[in-house]
Amino acid sequence: METTTEKKYTFKDFASDQEVRWCPGCDDYVILRAMQKALPEMGVKKEDVVFISGIGCSSRFPYYMNTYGMHSIHGRAPAIATGVKLANPDLSVWVITGDGDSMAIGGNHFIHVLRRNVNLNVILFNNEIYGLTKGQFSPTSLVGQKTKSSPYGNTQQPFSPGELAIGAQARFFARIGGNTPKEMTQIFIDCEKFKGTSLIEVLQNCPIFNDGCFDEFTDKKVREDKQLHVEHGKPMIFGKERDKGLVLNGLKLEVVTIGENGIEQEDLLVHNAKEEDPTMHQMLVRLRYPLVTGIIRSFDDVTLEERKDVQTKEVKANSKFRKTDDLFFAGDIYKVD
Amino acid sequence: MATIQSNKQHEVLEAVIIRFVGDSGDGMQLTGTQFSDTSAMFGNDIATFPNYPAEIRAPQGSLYGVSGFQVHIGSVEISTPGDEVDLLVAMNPAGLKTNLHAVKPGHTIIVDTDAFTKKNLEKAQYDSNPLEDGSLENYRVIEVTMTSLTKEALRDVEGLDNKSITRSKNMFALGMVYWMYDRSTEHTIEFFKKKFKTKPPLIEANTKVLNTGYYFAETLELIPNSYTISPAKMEAGTYRIIMGNTATAWGFLAAAEKSGLELFLGSYPITPASDILHELVKHKHFGVKALQAEDEIAGITSAIGASFAGDLAITTTSGPGLALKGEALGLAMIIEMPLVVVNVQRGGPSTGLPTKTEQSDLLQSLYGRNGESPVIVIAASTPANCFDFAYEAAKLTLEHMTPVILLSDGYIANGSAPWKIKSVSDMPDIKNNIITEPDENWHPYDRDENTLARKWPIPGTLGLEHRVGGLEKDRVSGNVSYVAENHEYMTKIRAEKIKRVQNYIPDIETEFCDSGDLLVIGWGGTYGSLYSAVKQINEQGYTNTGLAHFNYINPLPKNTEAVLKRFKKILVCELNTGQFAKVLKMNFNGFEFLQFNKIQGLPFGNSELIEKFKQLVK
Repeated sequence: METTTEKKYTFKDFASDQEVRWCPGCDDYVILRAMQKALPEMGVKKEDVVFISGIGCSSRFPYYMNTYGMHSIHGRAPAIATGVKLANPDLSVWVITGDGDSMAIGGNHFIHVLRRNVNLNVILFNNEIYGLTKGQFSPTSLVGQKTKSSPYGNTQQPFSPGELAIGAQARFFARIGGNTPKEMTQIFIDCEKFKGTSLIEVLQNCPIFNDGCFDEFTDKKVREDKQLHVEHGKPMIFGKERDKGLVLNGLKLEVVTIGENGIEQEDLLVHNAKEEDPTMHQMLVRLRYPLVTGIIRSFDDVTLEERKDVQTKEVKANSKFRKTDDLFFAGDIYKVD
Repeated sequence: MATIQSNKQHEVLEAVIIRFVGDSGDGMQLTGTQFSDTSAMFGNDIATFPNYPAEIRAPQGSLYGVSGFQVHIGSVEISTPGDEVDLLVAMNPAGLKTNLHAVKPGHTIIVDTDAFTKKNLEKAQYDSNPLEDGSLENYRVIEVTMTSLTKEALRDVEGLDNKSITRSKNMFALGMVYWMYDRSTEHTIEFFKKKFKTKPPLIEANTKVLNTGYYFAETLELIPNSYTISPAKMEAGTYRIIMGNTATAWGFLAAAEKSGLELFLGSYPITPASDILHELVKHKHFGVKALQAEDEIAGITSAIGASFAGDLAITTTSGPGLALKGEALGLAMIIEMPLVVVNVQRGGPSTGLPTKTEQSDLLQSLYGRNGESPVIVIAASTPANCFDFAYEAAKLTLEHMTPVILLSDGYIANGSAPWKIKSVSDMPDIKNNIITEPDENWHPYDRDENTLARKWPIPGTLGLEHRVGGLEKDRVSGNVSYVAENHEYMTKIRAEKIKRVQNYIPDIETEFCDSGDLLVIGWGGTYGSLYSAVKQINEQGYTNTGLAHFNYINPLPKNTEAVLKRFKKILVCELNTGQFAKVLKMNFNGFEFLQFNKIQGLPFGNSELIEKFKQLVK
């Protein structure tokens, strides 16, 4: 994709004139600002950027961006975005969705856009609750979670978006806390550069219906000890003291402490986001202690558009048809005088 | 070439209806197609209709596994595949049993007696062999041991397995029919050469069996007559035989070329619409972008995305699929973007009768969405004019910035007829509302003062960045608006926009007479049946019977009421319980709309229509 631009944008260029109407304290503001800050760094032209959303709190996002955008229907944004991208592969296309939107009603389109590897970016705002419909459990809500539609506790097993995505052959998966704007901005920039479908799960707090849902991982006081922010080519190390890390013990990941039982930093696993085999990425995604954030998987592969483009060029080169008349008048035709 | 002296007598016919029936897998569709193509090239007018089971391969010999292909050829104008058969070729007892009712008494039946085994008779639920029990005495039955003669003919051809040998018996039947109707086998032999290019034994085998059938008929004294059907008087031009679904696909190709836009198809396979998908995916050389989507909803929503990005976007489906697309269609409607939805109707409700025809999605098309959501609804009426109406659907959607539902149905979609080929240069111009230059005063919901269409700003254009969506729009800026008066205004203006399409569509014209005793009204795929019946009743002296056939349903042609006023009685004929009659009743007060409805998954029969008309004009 052409990513050069003469004009240097600032984040203000990407803010629309519409008043932002999310609840005070919602992480959506953080995501919006991170996006407005990331876009000028991406080198894409403002007029080439398209945001497509479904339905839900998160899906109001396109209205607040001074780009092209469509607030569409529940769960279908990935399919609409696929159409946009196939119609014009030069556009920078972003899907904005929530856990209700893409894990429930849009589950089908979610897995298929990943399978096809369309070159677009999906930002999944996961707050483990239905916000816009005022507080029912979602497909990522925890078992036992009490909500308006589960007063005695949720009895449905949750999806882990990352597991689902990697199972659907996602080539890019990143996870980030909703309260870490700097890292989030960088991930947005990285996923725009990635060729293929990028999925970013943002652990997003809902201050009204599910306040503190990710506090155990994202609270400033604990996050360094509870999160492992992976980077490609770097050892899997975490903790306030940078003394904890991951090793492989049999078929399981194990947390070890550097300096204990003869463990040295060299013994820790080194993150390889670009590995095609998703086994390790799947293990990292499943881990709850530490919770793995950052770009977990970033495997370059052929995109749907590229595959279609190659085929179209081949067919065009081998076809005797240039105009529709060539087709209409070919084959079994006959004349009546 | 064998030169056998024959005592055959030529009889000249105006038209004939032939039906080939057998097991699905017996090659009846191919046999019928070959006969109709050959006849068309000879110069006859034709209409064909395949009729096959929903099961891919039903158990051999079963009653529900019968596959049929009917062809109507003539030296006169042919407008339907016909309902009463002059010649039935039955490859097995099940085929005979399920189709005998259609054969005109005294007319001919050819059977493969080898297939009339005890087992097959049982499967067809015959208590006794109809060839022996006298039950066919009102017909002229030609009994041929087709399977054994085929095997005998192929004894010396090398490189054939048993299956290929038995499968070619359909060509024996075709050869016989070619002789009976004085047709050349040449076209079909050319067809073998192309089809089996890499399998020479099959070319040899099929050619041999076809010729054997031909000579067998020539020698057989049981067939004393052969028939000649002279070329029809048709408008001069270059023709080809086209199926409705192919014509629909080609109409979109032409529209894309004429409008200078790229064609995008988002579709999920469903009978009987899938052939449009199959046809369009072939044409990547024209830049067609097709996505076989994960479901009906992704079919339409991917098309909405492509439309947003500036393609001529379409989605194709059949009844149940349209139900699933409803919500997305509402979105396309409120964001006021071009989108064509093709609905090839089939018998409903729910899964209904997937391979049978019906016209029962009309009200779904008009009203099957939440909220006030009018869209343009048009309907094609013959296999050939599917081309024109696909083109028209594309033209209307691009010029009026609103979704268009194009209705077709199983009958015209699978049926084929001669199409006088239209070059793209003959087609009307297509404008579009794309804007490329930003204007300071530009607003996303500014409207053209005549059509009320809004502009079509496309991503990638600097200065036209904007957001659309399913929430109600402010009348100018397009921003979300919950203002009460604005919603009422927008609801009304969206309806008015559709109403104004009346200024851009032709008036309804009656055929056969302008005023009189009876106006027969139809719409969509019943045109051929109604035309031929109204024509015949006029020929029989009931000369005050007119036909008004509607292709434009929403909006209706401007002069509709004026036309209705000119007739004493109005009869609305539909393959449903009266959906168009309801629409007419809602729109036009003071008229009595009589109805003739058929809900059998079958097209109208000629005699039932004529009988009904006569009751009203006697």
